[in-house]
Amino acid sequence: MTAGLTVARSGALTTVQDAGRPGHAHLGVPRSGALDAPAMRLANRLLGNDPDAAVLETTLTGCALRPDRDVTVVVGGAPCPVTVDGGPAAWGTPVRVPAGSVLDVGAATAGVRSYVAVAGGVAAEPVLGSRSTDLLSGLGPAPLRDGDIVPVGSPRRPVPASAAAPWPGPPAELVLPVRLGPRADWFSPAALRTLTSAAYRVSPHSNRIGLRTEGPPLQRTSTGELPSEGMVLGAVQVPPDGRPVIFLHDHPTTGGYPVVAVVPEPALAAAAQATAGTPVRFTLA
Amino acid sequence: MSGGRSLAARPAGRHALLVELPDAEHTAAFHAEVLRRRAAGTLPPVTEVVPGARTVLLDGVADPEALARAVDGWEVPPVADDTGEAVEIPVRYDGPDLADVAALWGVAPEEVGALHRAHTYRVAFCGFAPGFGYLTGLPPRLHVPRRSTPRTRVPAGAVALAGPYSAVYPRATPGGWQLIGTMPDPRPLWDPARERAALLTPGTRVRFVTADAAADGTGTGSAAAQATSPEAGA
Repeated sequence: MTAGLTVARSGALTTVQDAGRPGHAHLGVPRSGALDAPAMRLANRLLGNDPDAAVLETTLTGCALRPDRDVTVVVGGAPCPVTVDGGPAAWGTPVRVPAGSVLDVGAATAGVRSYVAVAGGVAAEPVLGSRSTDLLSGLGPAPLRDGDIVPVGSPRRPVPASAAAPWPGPPAELVLPVRLGPRADWFSPAALRTLTSAAYRVSPHSNRIGLRTEGPPLQRTSTGELPSEGMVLGAVQVPPDGRPVIFLHDHPTTGGYPVVAVVPEPALAAAAQATAGTPVRFTLA
Repeated sequence: MSGGRSLAARPAGRHALLVELPDAEHTAAFHAEVLRRRAAGTLPPVTEVVPGARTVLLDGVADPEALARAVDGWEVPPVADDTGEAVEIPVRYDGPDLADVAALWGVAPEEVGALHRAHTYRVAFCGFAPGFGYLTGLPPRLHVPRRSTPRTRVPAGAVALAGPYSAVYPRATPGGWQLIGTMPDPRPLWDPARERAALLTPGTRVRFVTADAAADGTGTGSAAAQATSPEAGA
């Protein structure tokens, strides 16, 4: 019988995520997947799961789950209080949750997204090879709602003896290395200097599609319309208001606003954990 | 096009190359060449090949600079016209913007369907939603602007025009295109459980045909059968 976690509290936004579904962008399918991929992989490794086994990704307010059989979980990513039936439990290392007990993943004390990995992995139905929820196009399982039952797979190996795991802390300042292009020539040298010298902040309107920023607008030199072109993960797209948007995993596969620069993928995990108001600085990589 | 003299390869981060072509025809030809080389195993590994209106994005490339030098020397034959099978999309020309489009074209509303059906289209690229293909093939005199006010909901199966493109909405979404008709059963457009999830993939040739009257009102039957992809044997 498939085990399951009943959702006692879904939180602001909790989704199933794995390594996503790259390879389908030409069909208009976003890659999706865990925004803080290193946190997902570390949580899985601590449980003996495949590193890309599906996990739950919370947003700011955590979630609460009640397993119907004994399970072992790791809560990592954004630091948060963890309780089992109201008693304190460990964050960042394996925790045993008895059948019928309630695991509460509290509100993040820093950062944005906590990850709940469970031994055996979340066993939601895959779509195009991935169990990830894609919020742009609605592929994969819907965001969790109270009362949902999240299916869990059978653990393939025992949970390894616990080792101290280094969890990087959420950024106090988000420093994003960028490579200019492919459309840096749509901007004046002054605008490019602004990008790499001005103080930006994370906008509260950020989501899994993009990290929006507040700060000085980047003026274009070219006022024409850019014909739709393919977009990469980490693209720094400049919409008409001039405020750079960094494309995260649910980004559209094609777009018509110029991309002034690109942030390399390894730098995006910190972007996933930067709360609204966090200072942002772009540096030339 | 030969010798790649008319392309510009722009780096997009550490692992991607955006190849810019002069127009849609060269883009289709270059895209086809990329797919040929990928199938032949002579393209370095890439995770994504994403055509746009005048670009082809190659993502997940180990050495974009080396690939940029390589593509510059490619011999790219033009896309052969009117060869190969075409996917047939059945259409009822009953869209709410039919009269507006007829006025823009300078014809009577009942003539729009015949003009739209008279051309063979090609999927230039996808985007906006899974399975949403941007189809080129309309002559410039039949290009129409987007609606000044987008609709908050365009139904699945809506057959639409905007700029140089024609499209069929695979599902209900907001949209600003001019709606000229309806594909009675749009389900074949996007089915992620199918081996080939999207009916309209980049490079696919498309013809619009009159929807079988028998399919009207049933939403199934011959319309769905006609819309099966060539690979599915229809």
